[in-house]
Order: sequence, then structure tokens, then C-alpha cells
Amino acid sequence: MNVAVWQKLDQMARAITPFGLSLFLVILSVVPTHIPGYAQIAPILALVSIYHWAIYRPNLLPPFAVFLLGLLQDLLMGTPVGLYILVFLTVYGIALSQRRFFAGKSFTVCWFGFAVISLVASVESWLLASAWNLALMDINAVTFQYLLSLGIFPIVAWIFLRWQQAFLQQD
Amino acid sequence: MEQRPSALLRIAAPLKSLVQRFMYLGLIAAAFGLMLLGKVDAVLVDRVRAEVTDAFAPILEAISKPIATVSKGVQNFQELAVIRDENAKLKQQNARLMQWQTVARKLQSENAALQQLLGVVHDKSAKYVSARVIAGSGGAFSNMLIVNAGLNNGVHKGHAVVSDRGIIGRVSQVSNRSARVLLLTDINSRVPVLIESNRTRAIMAGGNTSRTKLIHLPPGARVTPSDRIVTSGHGGAFPPGLPVGVVASVTDGGINVQLFADYSRLEYVRIADFGLNGLVDMSVQRSSAKNKVGGKTRKK
Repeated sequence: MNVAVWQKLDQMARAITPFGLSLFLVILSVVPTHIPGYAQIAPILALVSIYHWAIYRPNLLPPFAVFLLGLLQDLLMGTPVGLYILVFLTVYGIALSQRRFFAGKSFTVCWFGFAVISLVASVESWLLASAWNLALMDINAVTFQYLLSLGIFPIVAWIFLRWQQAFLQQD
Repeated sequence: MEQRPSALLRIAAPLKSLVQRFMYLGLIAAAFGLMLLGKVDAVLVDRVRAEVTDAFAPILEAISKPIATVSKGVQNFQELAVIRDENAKLKQQNARLMQWQTVARKLQSENAALQQLLGVVHDKSAKYVSARVIAGSGGAFSNMLIVNAGLNNGVHKGHAVVSDRGIIGRVSQVSNRSARVLLLTDINSRVPVLIESNRTRAIMAGGNTSRTKLIHLPPGARVTPSDRIVTSGHGGAFPPGLPVGVVASVTDGGINVQLFADYSRLEYVRIADFGLNGLVDMSVQRSSAKNKVGGKTRKK
């Protein structure tokens, strides 16, 4: 019986790691890096995470968890509350609906998928921020933010894939 | 017998997906609702933001420390390469500054004598709190910092935040252990400034880019690149004379200002209490926490 309890605890601990890792990325994206010019175009790291888990383990990252991540991103970053909630939910929704397409596809295809979906996310965030401030936002910053997140995708996604193979194999 | 569970499944599966879909749509609606709430009751959202930031402050502090150490190490290494050039440059600068020091001493004593003669009322001297930057240094849509000092350390809303080179922003939200600083580059930032050489008044407006713009200049004002910009003290938000930046370019599109402060290198900032409360009084009266600096209404 004792063993069963431990097993259950172990399973639970593994199950919350997708949310935990995403949460860590949200926090990491607001920590100052002291790299000149980086802050203005710092990528939204959690986007990669949400895209990844929506494709591979959506049951471990339900919509309300995505909502919470977006809320925290908004509150910590100082963006209008709701902006990144909407962006995260959009990415999650699109990735989830195209899950079948991505099943068993190569890493490059996933990367390409992320390129398309995060482009939608960037445009959406730009539109929302512009509408909120009633002024057109600087498009350069968003463009470079998008390109940088494309570059960072393989690194984060590779770590997640490894994590998945190591800890989340059984389901 | 076997048909039963499958029939149940046939009903249950779409039902489950329906519920999930409604939940998804509901969450999107909730996000829009939150956005609207932020427009309608900005004070409430600001308070929640401050509390959540406060709760996460220890984590941010813990993570930001090693990152700061690493970046400092890298910086040290980079500086090692240019140390000779730097040294030569500093020697030259030192010689020039020594001359300035003589001039400044003379002017200071002259100024003191004249002020005494005229009975000038002095501004209160400032009280400073030094704090470490634990999060943010600008983003695509927001330009703010979180520092690890709050109400417990005597930091209040509206206090000016300065670095070694000049002013960087003002405290926009504060809770017990942390405070949020609205940077000069933020789209909501408006600071009354002066062009130092000819005392022309203007408002310096951020636009979420690395440079800020001068707006609302009086007609016929003359501005040339490399003019120094300092705070004017109008509106009671900032004391007069804090260095802000230099005019970088004057074009038809507007007057761009290059700020003195380098936001990407900020590790510690000083939060200055100049005993001014013009801004805070104003924000209480209006109760709309749309971030206005110096009590000037936002131009759309």
C-alpha cells in the first residue's frame, strides 16, 4: 500500500512538470539579462513551452493552466492584463487543433509549425497592444522578438523532448 | 452487453469535447473581460499586479542574482581587452575634468554667495534608497523594472528613480517588498523637461522604443542635436535639473532624445524621495491609474 502511495505521488510529480517548466520559463523571461538591446526584443519563452505540450501532452497542460501562465506573464511583465492570456490561448488552441498533423512528424516540421503559429501570436500581440494603447506599437521590436523566439525554439524544444522521454514516457 | 459502454462512450466523448471547447471559449472570454476590467478599473488591476509581483519577488531575486554575476563576469572579460585604450581615454578625460572642477568650484562659491544675497528658498534635499533590479528592463510592449525595495523601505508611488547617469523613471506601483518602475521609454511616460541651454520647456514622451520624443514645444522653439535635456520640475513630480539625455536628431518626424541611462546595464538603482507629492495628489484626485507623469494628460 505504501508503495502504491509513493507511485501515485511520483506520477503526480511527473504530471505537473509541463506546467512547472512553463511557469519557470514565464519567470525566466522577466529576469534581467544585462545584455545590451536584448530586453526590448526578449522572446516570450513560454510560447515554446505551450506549443510543445499542446502537441505532445495536452492532457498535462489543460486550458486553465495556460490561462494562469498568461495571467502571470501579464502581471509580471507589465503588459495589459489579458494580452498574453489571449496570445497563449491562441497558440494552445491552434496547436491543439493541428495535433494530428504534427503526430510523428520530424523536428523540422514542428519548427515550421511553430514559425507559423508564433507569427500569428506576434501579430495578435501587436494588434492587442496597439488597440490597448490606442497607438501603433513599434513593429521592429515585435519582428525581432519573433525571429529570436524562432532561434530559441530548437534549444527549448530539445530540452522538453528529452524531459518527455525521461520522465513522461509511460502515458 | 458490449454495446452499452460503447454507446455511453459515443455520447460521452462528444460531450467531453463540447465541455472542453466551452471551457476554452470561456477562458478567452474571461481574458477579454480582464482586459476590459484593466481599462475600467485600472487601480484594482494595479493593486493585484503589485501583490502578485510582491509574492514572486523572492523567486525573481534568487534567479536574477546568478544571472547578474555571470553577466558581470562576461563584462569584466570584455573590458580586459580594451583596458589600455580605456585608460588613455580616462586620463584625457580626467585632465579635462580637472579644469571643469576649477570652474565649477568658482561658480559654486559665486552661486552660494549670490543665493545668500537674494535669500533664495532651497529645495529640500533628497533621501535615497538603493535597490536591486530583479525583473524586467523593457519589452516589446512594456517598459518597466521591478526592484526589491518597497513600502517597508520607505519607497512610495511617484518617487523618482535615478541611475548613476541620470533619471530612468518613476515608481508606478509599490507593495511591501517590491516596487514597479515605469521607465521613461514607456508609452505611458510623460515627463516635463527643459532644454538646458535655452530653457525651452517641453514634454518628453516615451513610445516603447529605445529613444524618446520631445512634444508640446512652444512655437518657434529652437532645438539642435546634442542639446542637453534636464527635468524641469513642473507639475511637482520630479525636482528640476536631473539629467535626462541629449537631443539625438531633429527631423520632420519629431525630436528624438537619446537618454543618458543605459537600461540594459542597470543592476542597482537609486530611488529618490525629494519630498514632492504633486504627482501622488493628482493621481488620487483622478483615481484613474493611467500612468501619467507630471500630471499631464496623455496625447492620443
